[in-house]
Amino acid sequence: MSTRHSLLLGLVLLALLALIPADLTNLGIPYPGLKRYGTYILTLWLVTAIAAMGVNLIVGYAGQETLAQAAFLGIGAYLTAIAGKHGVPFGLCFIGSGIVAFIVGIALGFPALRVQKHYLAFVTLAFSVLAWLVFRNEAEITGGVMGVRDIARPIVFGFKLRNAVHFYWFVLAIAAVLTFALWWILQSPWGRAFTALRENPLRAESLGVDVRLYTLLAFALGSAYGGMAGSLYAPLVEFIDPSPFALGPSLLFMLMVVVGGSGTFFGPFVGAGVAVLLPEWLRAWENYYLMIYAVAVMVLMALFPGGLVGLVAFFTRKRSRL
Amino acid sequence: MTDLLQLLIAGLATGAIYALAAIGFTLLWQTSQTINFAQGEFVMLPAFFALIAMNWFHIPLPIALVLAVLASMLLLGAVFRYAVVGPLLGRGVLPLVISTLALSVLMKESVKEFVSAQAESFPTLVPDLVIHFAGLSVSIAQLGMLVISLAAIGLLQWFLGGTRTGRQMQATAQNPTVARILGVPVERMILYTFLINAALAAIASILISPIYLAKFSNGETLGLIAFVAAIVGGFNQVRGAIAGGLLVGVLDNLAAAYVSTAYRQAIPLILLVLIILFRPQGLLGRKEERAV
Repeated sequence: MSTRHSLLLGLVLLALLALIPADLTNLGIPYPGLKRYGTYILTLWLVTAIAAMGVNLIVGYAGQETLAQAAFLGIGAYLTAIAGKHGVPFGLCFIGSGIVAFIVGIALGFPALRVQKHYLAFVTLAFSVLAWLVFRNEAEITGGVMGVRDIARPIVFGFKLRNAVHFYWFVLAIAAVLTFALWWILQSPWGRAFTALRENPLRAESLGVDVRLYTLLAFALGSAYGGMAGSLYAPLVEFIDPSPFALGPSLLFMLMVVVGGSGTFFGPFVGAGVAVLLPEWLRAWENYYLMIYAVAVMVLMALFPGGLVGLVAFFTRKRSRL
Repeated sequence: MTDLLQLLIAGLATGAIYALAAIGFTLLWQTSQTINFAQGEFVMLPAFFALIAMNWFHIPLPIALVLAVLASMLLLGAVFRYAVVGPLLGRGVLPLVISTLALSVLMKESVKEFVSAQAESFPTLVPDLVIHFAGLSVSIAQLGMLVISLAAIGLLQWFLGGTRTGRQMQATAQNPTVARILGVPVERMILYTFLINAALAAIASILISPIYLAKFSNGETLGLIAFVAAIVGGFNQVRGAIAGGLLVGVLDNLAAAYVSTAYRQAIPLILLVLIILFRPQGLLGRKEERAV
């Protein structure tokens, strides 16, 4: 697909996504849009997808494992919630969340990537638990297990985003900008170096790619996406406590990216959809959902390591060959 | 001073159990490049096998424990080897990481849903008496734990170093290609590693459940500790895992006594980060070579 085609496709998808929750009856189209809860779930999907895009950059493009994305989400969420209570405008909180997560990412990645490949997994694992302990124990700052309540929705250019659909559009706009930014990075020479890295790190190194620097930047950038997603998560749910930022959710982020298809551009959106939207439809199976999900992941890994996007690509390719 | 000694003994007792879990972890890594993220759940589950045997089928404790070890060798050893790891061998580390992560979720959720969502008490093998000796109060249960796990470790060390099969397993771990050329049945050796890992996990489970109670979520902490112990000691060395397990156990107990209980969990993790910073190959490990 040419650059212009991908951009066009992106804009069409964006317009469709913007229309999903909107009430179109005033325009003469008999589509009532989504209820408040539906809009909330759709927004949650976008926020999850932003964080999953970060994981995909780290796992799918830089070939590393991160087990701390939920912790970075937590950093962004707590920073936004607490700074917001002290009157810091949302824009600053959002950018600050990204920057803080980026810096923490550098601080974690620098020592870990000095060693061997899988040590980043171990360091992020430790960090994930440590961050959760801090969220839980430093009750004076984070509210401990009681959490932070009544987090305000942001005010953008004097416009309050109380309405669920308005907030959804706001998150969609940010998600679009972040998606475009990642796409732009990945198709720049800088991004191609990532792919070279994943395919054959030693060869990439011998061709002059500074492996450590690139991997480190990919990890920090992916973590920054986590921080920014967290910054959107706090005003979305309006109440945060330590549990969504524990180790378990971080592991689920890994699973969701691989289920969607790691290293594919739309994989994180599909994976986040499976993790956020599907449980809502399968409410009746709530107790078994995680079990079925886990078995599905194992089967998918054994048969189609390319994830769902890889699966679709496999079938379309087969058909075009016939 | 006596406090410190008592803490040391308690630490060594839990540490020896951590070592059991960590040894299996390094064995799997050595022979099949499997980083088993479900290792904690492997230690959580066998206790429930025993509880099921006792509560549902009214089988007496000693037989239930033997059944638990056998069941875990079958399910967590052979079935895990062929159904989960088998299809993914040779595809790199990431698919195995993801698959074992999913397996850990499956095991946790299944126990929660089908067996028990609460912490279940678990009968102890050794009576919980306290003996007083030279001003020390030592619990028999702790000594028993220490003796049983050290015996299991000793037996394993003898097996790996002193028998033909054990040496073939070591050869497989060091260089599967050369081992195969020399006539070692590599496939069978890999299966043995998985069986040994499952048996060690079952022993650890039986020993630790009387103290921590049997609960579906136990694997989270246990897995993390086995992980830390393996890396601290040296990811590619069985004796590294033993040293790492004992060290983490002692540190854990000292931290609970002298540092805040709120941050007790943080101590092994800080140790992990320090090791990665200053001695990444682990205390007793050797550096791994890379190949193009």
